[in-house]
Amino acid sequence: MEAIRRVASRIVVLPERDIDTDQIIPARYLKTTGSKGLGQWLFTDWRRDANGRPRPGFPLDDPRAGGASILVAGSNFGCGSSREHAPWALFDAGFRAVVSSSIADIFRANAAKNGLVPVVVPVDLHEAMLAAPFSFATVDLESMTVALESGKTGSFSLDRFARHCLMNGLDELGFLIEQQPLIGAWEAACER
Amino acid sequence: MKPRTLFEKVWDAHVVRPETDEAPAVLYADLHLVHEVTSPQAFSMLREKGLRVRRPDRTLATMDHSIPTVRKNGRFEISDDEGRTQLDALAKNCADFGIELHALGTEGQGIVHVIGPEMGATHPGSTIVCGDSHTATHGAFGALAFGIGTSEVGHVLATQCLLQRKPKTLEVRVDGWLKPYVSAKDVILAVISKIGVGGGSGHVIEFTGSAIRALSMEARMTVCNMAIEAGARAGMIAPDGTTYDYLIGRPRAPKREAWEHALRGWLRLPSDEGAAYDKSVTIDGSALEPMITFGTNPGMSIPIRGEVPDPERVEGEQARAGLAKALRYMGLQGGKKLLGHPVDVVFIGSCTNSRIEDLRAAASVLRGRKVAAGVRTLVVPGSQQVKREAEEEGLHHVFIESGAEWREPGCSMCIAMNGDIVAPGQIAVSTSNRNFEGRQGKGSRTLLASPLTAAAAAVAGRVADPRELGS
Repeated sequence: MEAIRRVASRIVVLPERDIDTDQIIPARYLKTTGSKGLGQWLFTDWRRDANGRPRPGFPLDDPRAGGASILVAGSNFGCGSSREHAPWALFDAGFRAVVSSSIADIFRANAAKNGLVPVVVPVDLHEAMLAAPFSFATVDLESMTVALESGKTGSFSLDRFARHCLMNGLDELGFLIEQQPLIGAWEAACER
Repeated sequence: MKPRTLFEKVWDAHVVRPETDEAPAVLYADLHLVHEVTSPQAFSMLREKGLRVRRPDRTLATMDHSIPTVRKNGRFEISDDEGRTQLDALAKNCADFGIELHALGTEGQGIVHVIGPEMGATHPGSTIVCGDSHTATHGAFGALAFGIGTSEVGHVLATQCLLQRKPKTLEVRVDGWLKPYVSAKDVILAVISKIGVGGGSGHVIEFTGSAIRALSMEARMTVCNMAIEAGARAGMIAPDGTTYDYLIGRPRAPKREAWEHALRGWLRLPSDEGAAYDKSVTIDGSALEPMITFGTNPGMSIPIRGEVPDPERVEGEQARAGLAKALRYMGLQGGKKLLGHPVDVVFIGSCTNSRIEDLRAAASVLRGRKVAAGVRTLVVPGSQQVKREAEEEGLHHVFIESGAEWREPGCSMCIAMNGDIVAPGQIAVSTSNRNFEGRQGKGSRTLLASPLTAAAAAVAGRVADPRELGS
């Protein structure tokens, strides 16, 4: 996994609350045995009409969204299923940070394991970002702050371990593998 | 010792390494359930890194999400290559890594959250994980059970452990006694409506109170199953006589001395007198009515005879916009009743409501009646065992004679990955757990309800109050 210290780009805003993982990527695209190439199906049922044509005005397809790597969404983003295909699709589409005032537990854990920074910001900063689509923002993991084009800044919360892994490009599994002797001793004690 | 909740006791008993500011706790998983959709990438990771499965004996796999629920000439036909590839991958992964698999067409196959309990593999006080958010189902036994992503599936395969921050606790107490025709599904829909789809975030819910204690094990599973729909990490119910009566004698339940030993431990699991929860919510179970959803998340529900909320009367711009968007998608109008609204499809099944008691409830409504003309009705048992049991009781005759389709077990139309779909624009009354946009097929519209309410809709061809039909 690539180390990630800072994400700076224009922001794409999806203001809806409670965006569930079925919207991020519908279940019919979960038949893959891989994790690559899912970006083409990101929000597909919101982006395209029944005939597969782009719906005009959808923020992700706005020319100003080109190259954007920060998604700002309404509260409780990523609720619903545990499918890791949701962060895989976002990452594949170029996103490196998702910002909201709250992010669903399983999605948040999945995102951090895949180089997609789950950024939980205070309500006032969230509202400022929701109100400024396609403006420029910086998410800095070093200082744990978000800075907006308007000059507004604020801090965000992220689990320290997740931050450490993201900033150093570490896979959490490495940490668990190191715990094997402890796990073995624990198992032996329980099964005695 | 400080009084502890049920959750805290189970958590404490499974911490291999306590959490610090720098690192989450290393939590041991007693049982890892695996299915075809969220596991292939995890097995690929094991192969890439040259790792083995640490405890194949604590790992159990089934095929459920993308499998067909009809046989043609006695055989299952998998029409799409991707689906077949995924099923073949699971079979190969289980064979290569020595994992017990209940494959399509075998007698132990079924929905992952139905077969665990019916085999007796779900034990009070244990930790259970699965790459599926409805793993919370197993919390009905006083287990700590939660859904994980595919990376974590890989972690558990390799180490039998997970890195977890300790969640907070939320007590949801349901007092009183449920009225006739009010079921576990109605309870959990009412709970989610009250606390919201994000109301349980960061928390493990413990369901308590007289109305919960009076529920059967299968009904408790329905309640815990949908804890995730309130955003909770897990739902739990303290084990009691109902739990032990259900579990004893099942193939994977401890036997004789081992049972006695386990039972002594389980009896200490219920929350201690004076144990503190981070939050508490109380609901009067006696006041609950049969519930039905009207919107595009499971928190958007009303009593069956109630009115769909009017966006004009909702406080807050975002909430108003959200409700208006949901109603537009559903093709419904605020301020009107759902009762009498025509329906196209009825689905009775899913890990929420596909157990024998659910099928008995549906059959009690359908017996001697006909499904309304033009309503496609699917009854999909949760497992091969549920199917056998239903057929021994003759329930399949009731369904078939009413005009419903009697299917093979699987997730089917709950997730619509196997060709069992609701067509664009159609409206389904479904006993499943999610009414998200497109959940039952692109453009599908879902009304979540209990098996009684779903069966009543099948007969009436409209949203109907099961109390009016009688059984």
